[in-house]
Amino acid sequence: MTLASTRVKVATANEAAAEAVKDVDVDVVAIYPITPQTTVVEKIAEFVANGDLDAELIYVESEHSAMSALIGASACGARAFTSTSSQGLIYMHEVLHIASGMRLPLVMCVAMRALSAPISIWNDHSDLMSVRDSGWVIYVASSAQEVYDTTVMAYRLAEDPEVLLPVMVAYDGFIASHTAEPFEPAGRERALELSPKRRTWSRLDPDSPITMGTITSPEYYYEFKYQQVVAMEKALEKARELERAAQRVLGRSYGLIETYKIEDADVALLVMGSYWDNARLAVDEARRRGTRAGALRLRLYRPFPLEELERALRGVSVLGVVDRAISYGARPSGPIALEIAASIGRRLDLSLVSIVAGLGQRTVTVEDLTELAVSLENARGARDAHLVTRFYGVRGL
Amino acid sequence: MTSTTLAPRWHEMPPGAVVRELGNSASIDRSDWRLERPVRDQEKCIRCRLCWIYCPDGAVLELDKPYINRNGRRYEVTYEFDYRLCKGCGICAEECTVKAITMVPEAL
Repeated sequence: MTLASTRVKVATANEAAAEAVKDVDVDVVAIYPITPQTTVVEKIAEFVANGDLDAELIYVESEHSAMSALIGASACGARAFTSTSSQGLIYMHEVLHIASGMRLPLVMCVAMRALSAPISIWNDHSDLMSVRDSGWVIYVASSAQEVYDTTVMAYRLAEDPEVLLPVMVAYDGFIASHTAEPFEPAGRERALELSPKRRTWSRLDPDSPITMGTITSPEYYYEFKYQQVVAMEKALEKARELERAAQRVLGRSYGLIETYKIEDADVALLVMGSYWDNARLAVDEARRRGTRAGALRLRLYRPFPLEELERALRGVSVLGVVDRAISYGARPSGPIALEIAASIGRRLDLSLVSIVAGLGQRTVTVEDLTELAVSLENARGARDAHLVTRFYGVRGL
Repeated sequence: MTSTTLAPRWHEMPPGAVVRELGNSASIDRSDWRLERPVRDQEKCIRCRLCWIYCPDGAVLELDKPYINRNGRRYEVTYEFDYRLCKGCGICAEECTVKAITMVPEAL
C-alpha cells in the first residue's frame, strides 16, 4: 500500500467493515446498536441513504432478532450482513447455531468487547470465545485493512458450495473499531471479482418450494451435525485457496496464521487481533535484550489451522499464549492455550505457557509483551508449565 | 444405539436439513407414537365434521361413502381414521359433540 495512492482512506475498522459491505453489494442488513460496533451499521445506513448501496435495512429490536431477520433474508437468497459486540453476540447465541445448522452463508462483524458483569464496554475476547462452538467460521483481524479485506473474502468462503457456513470477522473493540488508520478499499469491481454474487445455497422459492428449519428425529440429527464437521474441514482447505485468490485480486493476503521472526526463535508469543503490531515490536526489543524471541498471530480461529501452527512452531522451545478471555476453572485457563495444549502441546517438544492479559482492555504495552517474551526463558524444559495460567497484571498477584 | 441402516447416510442428506419433497410428512408412519386410538361409533356420528376440522394431523378421512343408520337416516359421507397418521392425541374425541368417538388403549 502506498500512501500516495488516491484510493487510500483514513478510517476505523468499523468504517472499513461498512465499506466492505458496500463493495460486496450486500442485499440485507439487520441493524441494532451496541458499543463498540454501532458505527458499522451507522455507516452502512449512511451508504444506503446516499444511494451508494442498494440494500434493505431492517431495524430490529434486539440482536436475537437481528440474526433471526438475517436467517430469513439469507433463506430467501439474499446476501446478508450484521454486526455486533459482547452481550449482543451472547444474546444472539441461540440463533447463531440455527444459522450454521441451516448452512446459511451469512457474514457478521464482531467488534470484540468484554462480557458483563461487571459491565465493561471495553475490549477483550470473552464474547468471541463464548461462541466459538457455534459452527461459524471465525476470522480475527488485526487492522482496518485486514477487516476490509477479510469481510470481502468472507462472502466468497461462506458462499462456496462446498462450504456453506456463516463467517464471523472479529476485531478488537475500540483498539481497532475506533482507531483511525489508513486503508485502501479495493472498490466494488475488485470486491465483486473476488466474491461474486452466486446463489449457491438452498433457498425459498415459490416456483420450487422447499421446507427449511425442520425438526429431525434422533435417526437424522447426528448426520447433519457431521456434515457441519466436514464443511469446516472443507472451509480450512478453501481458506488456504482464498488467501491465494485474495493475493491475486486484491493484491494482499495474510495467511491463516502470521509469523514474525519465528524461523530462528527459541521462545515465541502467540496473540490475536490488534496485539500483533505490539507483539512484533516486543520481539525486536526482546532480541535486543538477548532473548531469541518470535511472534505468531492466529488469523483464522475456526476452523483451527493446526498444520500451519505446527509448521511455524518447529524449533520453538517455549510458546507463550496470550489469551484475552478466561475459561473459568479450566487448566490452563486461557481458551487458546487450552486448545493448543490439547492439539500440539505433546506433539512438539514445547513448553506451553498460558498467559491471560488485557481483560476489559487493561492496557498491555510493548514493554509488557517484551517482559512476557523474556520471561518465557524461565519455562524452558518445564513440561507442566501449561497447567498454571499466569494472570498477568492482576494487582496483588 | 438405535439402528438406522435403512436411513440415508450422512453424505446422502441435503445440507441444512432442507426438505425438498413437500407434504412428505403424510408418508411417514406415526402410529407408533400412539398410546390410545380413536374409535368411531358410526351410529352416533352426525357428520358435523368437527373432528375433521380439529385433527392436527389430517388423520380424519372424509370419504364419499354413503352410510344409512339404523333409523334409516342416509349420510352421503363417512368419516374414518387413517391410523398411520393418527398420533392418538384425543382432540377428535374431546371435540365430538355427540360422543361418537372413544379413545381406546392401544394395548387392548
